[in-house]
Amino acid sequence: MASDKPVLEISNLHAGIDDTPILRGINLEIPAGEVHAIMGRNGSGKTTTANIIMGHPDFDVTDGSVDLDGEDLLEMEPWERAREGVFLSFQYPQAVPGLQVGNFLRKSVAAIRGEDAAKGAEFRKTLKDAMTELDIDRSFLGRYVNDGFSGGEKKRFEILQLMLLQPKLAILDETDSGLDIDGIRTVAKGINAAVRGTDSGALIITHYSRILEHVQPDKVHVLIKGRIVKSGGPELALELEERGYEWLETEAANSA
Amino acid sequence: MAATEAREAVGEYKAGWHDPENATIRFDFGLSEQVVRDISALKNEPEWMTELRVKAFHHFDNRPMPTWGNMSMLEEIDFDKVCYYLRSSDATEKDWEDVPEDIRNTFDKLGIPEAEQKWLSGVTAQYESEAVYHSIREDLEQQGVIFLDMDSGLREYPELVKKWFCSVVPYQDNKFSALNTAVWSGGSFIYVPKGVHVEMPVQAYFRINAKNMGQFERTLIIADEGSSIHYVEGCTAPTYSTDSLHSAVVELIALPGAHIRYSTVQNWSTNVYNLVTKRGIAHENAKIEWVDGNIGSKLTMKYPAVILKGEGSHAEVISVAYSGKGQHQDAGAKIHHLASNTTSKILSKSISKDGGRGSYRGMVSVSPKAENCKLNVVCDALILDDGSRSDTYPTMEVANPSARCEHEASVSKVSDEQVFYLMSRGHSEEEALAMIVNGFFEPFTRELPMEYAVELNKLMALEMEGSIG
Repeated sequence: MASDKPVLEISNLHAGIDDTPILRGINLEIPAGEVHAIMGRNGSGKTTTANIIMGHPDFDVTDGSVDLDGEDLLEMEPWERAREGVFLSFQYPQAVPGLQVGNFLRKSVAAIRGEDAAKGAEFRKTLKDAMTELDIDRSFLGRYVNDGFSGGEKKRFEILQLMLLQPKLAILDETDSGLDIDGIRTVAKGINAAVRGTDSGALIITHYSRILEHVQPDKVHVLIKGRIVKSGGPELALELEERGYEWLETEAANSA
Repeated sequence: MAATEAREAVGEYKAGWHDPENATIRFDFGLSEQVVRDISALKNEPEWMTELRVKAFHHFDNRPMPTWGNMSMLEEIDFDKVCYYLRSSDATEKDWEDVPEDIRNTFDKLGIPEAEQKWLSGVTAQYESEAVYHSIREDLEQQGVIFLDMDSGLREYPELVKKWFCSVVPYQDNKFSALNTAVWSGGSFIYVPKGVHVEMPVQAYFRINAKNMGQFERTLIIADEGSSIHYVEGCTAPTYSTDSLHSAVVELIALPGAHIRYSTVQNWSTNVYNLVTKRGIAHENAKIEWVDGNIGSKLTMKYPAVILKGEGSHAEVISVAYSGKGQHQDAGAKIHHLASNTTSKILSKSISKDGGRGSYRGMVSVSPKAENCKLNVVCDALILDDGSRSDTYPTMEVANPSARCEHEASVSKVSDEQVFYLMSRGHSEEEALAMIVNGFFEPFTRELPMEYAVELNKLMALEMEGSIG
């Protein structure tokens, strides 16, 4: 039931941490089936945006709204947002020693998609297929969540969760960083499988255009000092790759 | 006992319930030589046991309190307000149908009959001071395994009991081992003959069910040459408004090549003093493992010990402790390497929350004559909030330079980022905490039989409830 409402709608979002403003009026719409990218330097507010959509308790929203399929996300706890269909692939996934991957995946699918989705042959098949797609060995299921994982393993595990949890909105926070080209291809495959041809949307946060070559975003937004200063098609990512961010910073400063 | 009081108590303690006291014989509060003699006479014990009890009583009476652990909590124990003997059923039962109904109800809540149907190889369920239900599978009997409550063991195998009783834990060992020796009642007596392997874990359940009721069970397990056994005990107790004293002694003897594993999960209500002496002696190439989980009680002081007496013997102590509000778990391990080529491993994990206090107290020693010993000690603490506390008191006395010793200790806190990560996967804050806590305990939990592991995970999830905001 594809509604006319965008999957994600952010309006005039102002937010910060301990009275320090970070986001200063973000507007963003992601329609169903689209992949958008946010690019920007370190400290521009990219990860803050991701954290605020997911509901990180450290950040205070001072103005604006964030809606998922027309539902007000800011009123919800993080786990309620997850159950509504928000997924965040973390830049730094946390280790939970003693918590087995297989057990954790089953519990998370049960929490988000319901007990039935986490049981029986169908779940096992979905899991097996996703692991094959991502080139993850079965022995992985017996390891502890992110405990002793290499950088690449952590990122693949995030994408495995994305594929199993089937969110309405997938946010990928620098999922490409620290991956080699094969890793980027695999991760891109997972993102395309989770979003393309569905009612879901994705928001990719990145420094680099590399991953975007494989995912082909519908739109690219440039974030500078807590504002989106420019939006365009995939070609904007290539332009940024060539010219850097300085020309946009100058433009932004002049127009401010 | 006033019904309202019982209800109030049950309301506070999640795993707690309580049957009307149905005591056939109940002694008055307090302890004297006469009480000790009366207990022994009531049980028709041989004279040597009576005299041993009396000697132990005088030692207890003269022995000062320990000067470590939690002295201020220990000082609160009023020995005159403890009832030292109470029997709620006249005879030791073997047929389930003959067990009095209210006692059966208590066991139903513990799930004993079901568990037995499934996979128990034998049950001794301790109800107050006497074992009221005892069964053992035919195959065990056919293998010559003796599995009795301690009182029956003394009656039926007096020579065996006389030979080994107090041989591992002398009554002079500490104030509470003296007390137990003076007033012990119930517990298990197990003898596994040479070369016999008991495949299924053997289980016993203990509960305290009378106000001010001390429970002083005594367990003695002898594994003869080349045999093996896994003994499991689990404890839960209803809450009462005054303090209860639980002071058990467990003695294990692993003869050459034998293997004993002793697993415990205790969840005493948070007014219980749990002061237990557990010790085993491992002969040549024998192996003793203590798997010890301490969840409840007000104060636990317990340091499962192994004396590695024979060459090539091995000891393991894997323990967890959870200290919540008003609780102090002072737990750890003691291992003495007396012989060459002996190895030991200690893994201790503790969690403190809501101002609870967890202490690891360990002692590992290597005697001058013991060559090529290997020791490994790991203690990890997880602190859930600022008011909680964790301390480590490790002692290593290594008198032989060929020993290889490893010691690691860590203290960690649950990070907000960890909790946020789990919440982003659809888990509430309480569920996230339970996942982290159960993960932390996992190296212990995986050593338990499945039913206990599931129960422990549920207990910890219960403990995390209502802990937010």
